[in-house]
Amino acid sequence: MAQIDRDKLLDIYTRTMKVNRTDEKFRELLMGGKVAVMYYCVRGQELVSAAAMAALEKEDYVVCTYRGQGEQTAKGIPMEKWWGECLGKATGTCKGKGGTMHITDPETGIMVTTGVVGSGLPIANGLAMASQNNGDGRVTLVSFGDGAANIGGFHEAMNMAQLYKLPVIFLCQNNRYGEHTAYADHTDSPNIATRAAGYGMKGVTVDGNDVHQIYPAMQEAVARARAGEGPTLVEAMCYRMMGHFFGSDFSYMPPEHIAEMKAEDPLPKLRQVMLDYQFTEEELDAIVADIDAQINAAVEHALAAPLPDTDEIYKDVLEETA
Amino acid sequence: MAQITMTQALNLAIDEAMADDPGVFCLGEDVSAKQGGGVFKVTSGLTEKYGEHRIRATPISETAIIGAAVGAALAGQRPIAEIMLMNFVGVCMDQIVNHAAKLRFMSGGQTPCPMVIRTTTGVGVGFGGQHSDMLEAWFAHVAGIHVVTPSNPADARGLMRASIDANDPVIFIENILCYGLKAEDPGPGYRVPLGKAAIAREGTDISLITYGRTVLDALAVADDLAKEGISVEVIDLRTIAPYDEATVLASVRKTGRAITLHEAVRPFGTGAEIAANIQEKCWDSLKGPVRRIGGTFSAVPFASHLEQAWIPQKSDIVAQIKASVGKV
Repeated sequence: MAQIDRDKLLDIYTRTMKVNRTDEKFRELLMGGKVAVMYYCVRGQELVSAAAMAALEKEDYVVCTYRGQGEQTAKGIPMEKWWGECLGKATGTCKGKGGTMHITDPETGIMVTTGVVGSGLPIANGLAMASQNNGDGRVTLVSFGDGAANIGGFHEAMNMAQLYKLPVIFLCQNNRYGEHTAYADHTDSPNIATRAAGYGMKGVTVDGNDVHQIYPAMQEAVARARAGEGPTLVEAMCYRMMGHFFGSDFSYMPPEHIAEMKAEDPLPKLRQVMLDYQFTEEELDAIVADIDAQINAAVEHALAAPLPDTDEIYKDVLEETA
Repeated sequence: MAQITMTQALNLAIDEAMADDPGVFCLGEDVSAKQGGGVFKVTSGLTEKYGEHRIRATPISETAIIGAAVGAALAGQRPIAEIMLMNFVGVCMDQIVNHAAKLRFMSGGQTPCPMVIRTTTGVGVGFGGQHSDMLEAWFAHVAGIHVVTPSNPADARGLMRASIDANDPVIFIENILCYGLKAEDPGPGYRVPLGKAAIAREGTDISLITYGRTVLDALAVADDLAKEGISVEVIDLRTIAPYDEATVLASVRKTGRAITLHEAVRPFGTGAEIAANIQEKCWDSLKGPVRRIGGTFSAVPFASHLEQAWIPQKSDIVAQIKASVGKV
């Protein structure tokens, strides 16, 4: 088993808990009726996002999806701006004009959050192409689900990325569901990563609930991209422990699937790894308490923040209207 | 000054933009030297100057082409993506409409998308139903995009340069039948600002509002009718969206009559929007209803005589003008 540097492990743990506590807070606000917006829960996928973002540098680009809270918060979008956007406030990353499905924060490298399944891959290629053209050394990571692997843009983008050896990492978070359709009902091949071979690309399938698998895989993919060796398709096996979006029915999930995902929950597993690395319960609890305090402050700030001016509907359409 | 074709005009504009700005690059099917510099030779000679990274021949993957252009634009480059024929935009509409056009707005202005989508089309060359359509109305209906089409080589050079300069996506439509047109080269650095129409011919009796290849028809008809004492003002929009409303409305207030003309099918075409706008804003100046001329509402047919019957006829333009000015 590959060892992970203790500081890096702490970094991954902190990012993971930031994702998890943000998710918990969001669901609490939604359930309490304090906010009513679309939100795509990330419970069960926290570690994948955190490990992926921990493998990147701050300048690196990320393209994610509507289920992108994990990438966004783990990459480091300031919490006040993130919550502001999710609550549709003028203080949000996009002045309240993008919303939960279109969080954008170039300062932290979150370049696009797309609401259209599979659309991020071709765009990630372009960001990576710019880096290849201008030699800035950045890599681009695009995150998507298993459902995206069946849309045309996936195939076009994978082929093009390999053809040009673009510095891009394709992270498939295989959470076993495409919207409300189970993996076996949308795909017959056992894995997504095997598709990489069809493009001459390197593809790996790893357990996204095991930090010792997901982080080294991400690290290697990032290193390959940065060294000019081309793209990698990393398929992280994980579970979406909630419905497609907050409030949606997920009674269609069979009981054995629910039992399986509870057994594989990445959070207790990661906590055990931390204890194995001689972090104490108190240290870990203190980290979570600190995150909670930050989140609570950010939520309070966002709730109190002003709404965007209605004139905003005419602005940012074209440069002339900026 | 030298005479240049529209193909050369476009090539010169792209060449000088690439020389001026290392962030400008081309990508598309068959665009590099290995494939002969583009199916209509617009990027001919540029690979030799700028290399294969900046003249990127792509797989036949329209979604990946436009997606790559979007991504590169977000990273601060100025891609010129070619969609070989306009009908193929159907393959990549998500990238154009949901991403290129909207990312500036949805990000609150943080991620503008400066990119040009060059595309070719035109009725009259026997390409049939999936290689001939003028689809400008699809894009004119989406906020966040400029839609541009030149009718002559000088405008082609100037509009292409301005399109590459623009900090938003531009759909740049090249009519196949116009590539061979020749005119005086306006010279290096020439720019035609986006959103500015040209009065291609001044007149006093009626405003004929058009763009692209049908400008040639409009000018020919105006020549003929001048001999009969009818003075037609021909407006070449050059930028279809957002269009130069001030020039159009001023012309109609002067002439009191208007006809919109385009090769695209008539129903729900750009002419309908322009006509409606004229009627709202120039009602008191109008001496009669605004008329619309457009292509037949069917797929573009193959057989030459069918194709010729499909497009707006000069005889129809003449008849509509005469009916409008009361000289039937």
